[in-house]
Amino acid sequence: MEIGPYLMLASLEGAVTAAVLALTAVGLSLVFGVMRVVNVAHGEFFMLGAVLAWWVTGLIGGHPALGFAMALVLVPVLVAGIAVAADMTILKRIAYDPERTIVATIGILYIIQQVTLMTYGPEARPVTPPFNTRLALPWVEFADGAPRLYWPWGLSTTSYKLGVIAAAGGVLVGVWALMARTRIGLLMRATQLDRDMALAFGIPVERVYALVFGIGAGLAALAAVLIVPIQQAHYLMGGDPLLLSFIVVIIGGLGSLPGTVLAAVLIGLSDGIISVFFSPTLAKILATLLVALVLVFRPQGLFGARPR
Amino acid sequence: MTKSNKTPTRREAMKTLALGAGAASLPLWARYAGAQSSAPIRIGFQVHRTGIGAAYGRWYDRTTTAAAALINEGGGINGRPVEIIAEDDGTDPKRGAEVVEKFATQYNCDIGFGTLFSHVVIGSAPRAGELKLPYFVVSEGHHVASGMLNRYTLQPGITDVKSQVQAMAPFVANTLGKKVTMIFPDFAFGHDHRDYFTAAIEAQGGQVLEHIAIPPTETSFTKYFPKIPRDTEVIYHVMVGPAVLTFVKELGEFFGPQRPEMFGFIDSLEAVDISSPGLEFLEGTYFWEGNPRQAQADQSPYDAFYRERVGVDANGASVDDARDVSTYSHMFGCWETLHVVKAGMEAAGYAGPQDRASLIEAVEAMTDMPHSNAHPQGAKLFNGKTHQVFGHQYITKVTGGKLLLVHTTSIEDTLYPDEADYTTQAF
Repeated sequence: MEIGPYLMLASLEGAVTAAVLALTAVGLSLVFGVMRVVNVAHGEFFMLGAVLAWWVTGLIGGHPALGFAMALVLVPVLVAGIAVAADMTILKRIAYDPERTIVATIGILYIIQQVTLMTYGPEARPVTPPFNTRLALPWVEFADGAPRLYWPWGLSTTSYKLGVIAAAGGVLVGVWALMARTRIGLLMRATQLDRDMALAFGIPVERVYALVFGIGAGLAALAAVLIVPIQQAHYLMGGDPLLLSFIVVIIGGLGSLPGTVLAAVLIGLSDGIISVFFSPTLAKILATLLVALVLVFRPQGLFGARPR
Repeated sequence: MTKSNKTPTRREAMKTLALGAGAASLPLWARYAGAQSSAPIRIGFQVHRTGIGAAYGRWYDRTTTAAAALINEGGGINGRPVEIIAEDDGTDPKRGAEVVEKFATQYNCDIGFGTLFSHVVIGSAPRAGELKLPYFVVSEGHHVASGMLNRYTLQPGITDVKSQVQAMAPFVANTLGKKVTMIFPDFAFGHDHRDYFTAAIEAQGGQVLEHIAIPPTETSFTKYFPKIPRDTEVIYHVMVGPAVLTFVKELGEFFGPQRPEMFGFIDSLEAVDISSPGLEFLEGTYFWEGNPRQAQADQSPYDAFYRERVGVDANGASVDDARDVSTYSHMFGCWETLHVVKAGMEAAGYAGPQDRASLIEAVEAMTDMPHSNAHPQGAKLFNGKTHQVFGHQYITKVTGGKLLLVHTTSIEDTLYPDEADYTTQAF
């Protein structure tokens, strides 16, 4: 494949990764930003989203789009519910102590993963995409001095992949609007800025925490519902998104939404492009190296505020 | 289990009494009464319940259970019932070695059996050799016949990759094309494909244009496909792991209507329904199958018997759930291996762990295995020196959404010169 179409294919693949990663990482970033909780179980909420999407679509017969639409609405709510319950029964009891929450969320990680293994089983199961048409993409070549369109072998994407990118973009705008334009967003930002002062002003901080933990997990679940028709639901699928989300959140700056989104696009696209041109292992190596460099030279992340 | 020499407590005495009552109430048990010992023969079954081999493990388990039930109905082995002691190895080499150790030291198993994934076999076999536990693998890897393992490791129930690809190369070169791009998983099993198919196709005057290795835990594949050279005539694909369906779907989406010829090892679609949405492009492509999953028009009575006992329908899916597709091209190996173990133990007059060496010698002495209920996949030829069995290979073509047989190789097509002689190793 020539370099041009090759790069375009790599960018398209990378954009899908970036879209899903941005949603997952924004969830993680939100939880850290507001609650100062490093949620190691975040990847398992992602996995739970995929597995529940398989379950919900299986319950509903008829056109695949119907089941998928149900999953898109129901699954994030279900997962958010589970996360809120985990917050109230576990994290609240240990007073959100930073070290203890890490250990507690590791525990939640294993509980969710093993319960899924015991109930759903070790198989990878597919979800039918609501729509999926292969779109061959043209490329320009210069023949006899005049530009001409042609369709190179393999340069294609699917309507569903484009749909994932669009949906993720829409949700991210929604999250931004929620944070910046609504009352609950204001409460969250107030809690993020100064927990004690927020409490003094009568903000129900514990309820805000539960809500934020739920929204964070719900975003991961939503990302999983979007990706599951491309990949498949499997009980170990939470590992990679967790690692990549941490990379993204560290590069973008913990707690900074624009930084997280930018870093997700950067990591997603570079992962796609480097994987295509060199190897997927090299892509992971470079991403991890970037994290190390950011931690050394700009520990607050690209967009993070310096600690006061 | 450990035995104590203490005087039995009241509870132990009660247990013994209960067992005696149970035995008396079950006339079936009387069948084993003639044997010197009626204690069961304990077969440690290393099964991939979790990890990337889980789909295979599920069906290896069902096949093994069915084969053990059949053997027990026929009076067991040397008049003793067979007991399968299954333990999950997580498809992980380190855990695999620990499981083998548990079989030998904790469960007092007579043999170890059933491992599929080549990295687990390679990780576990040395421990089996050290513990002097006969280790019957069902793996396809060339590592047994290559001489890499030890005298205690045998593969009498399934053929190895080297013989399979060697038998496929003439068909690929003569029917499909000579310029091949290979896509394979990046671990021992995939490397066997890479090395032996490349050599075999070159022997046919063909060439491999590009080798594309993909980690078996990968979940997204499109990014690998642009490496496929434009002048490829045949895609040779073999993939394993939880994401095989995604792999094949993305392969189809990549090519769209302009696909080259395709030859796949059915591993890329084991446990996957060929009529899944997105796989329509496979129509007209070819597959190697170890044992055709679709019941063919000229199905042997042995295949029909085996299919019925394991609980597989004519499409290769579970009789209970048509969506639960089997790993039909591999799992027959468990059935056949257990029957080889039975024949070997009977020939050796196996009575207990002290006879492990004579069991191995008895299996090494085997040669022809006729097509029968014990060998439903087809006739086989065992090579005692390399501890590897050879047999027929099948090529099917996707026709109307079904895998229909187009070519059966002879056993001779699959033979290659010996690379090892395990019989010279001391026990």
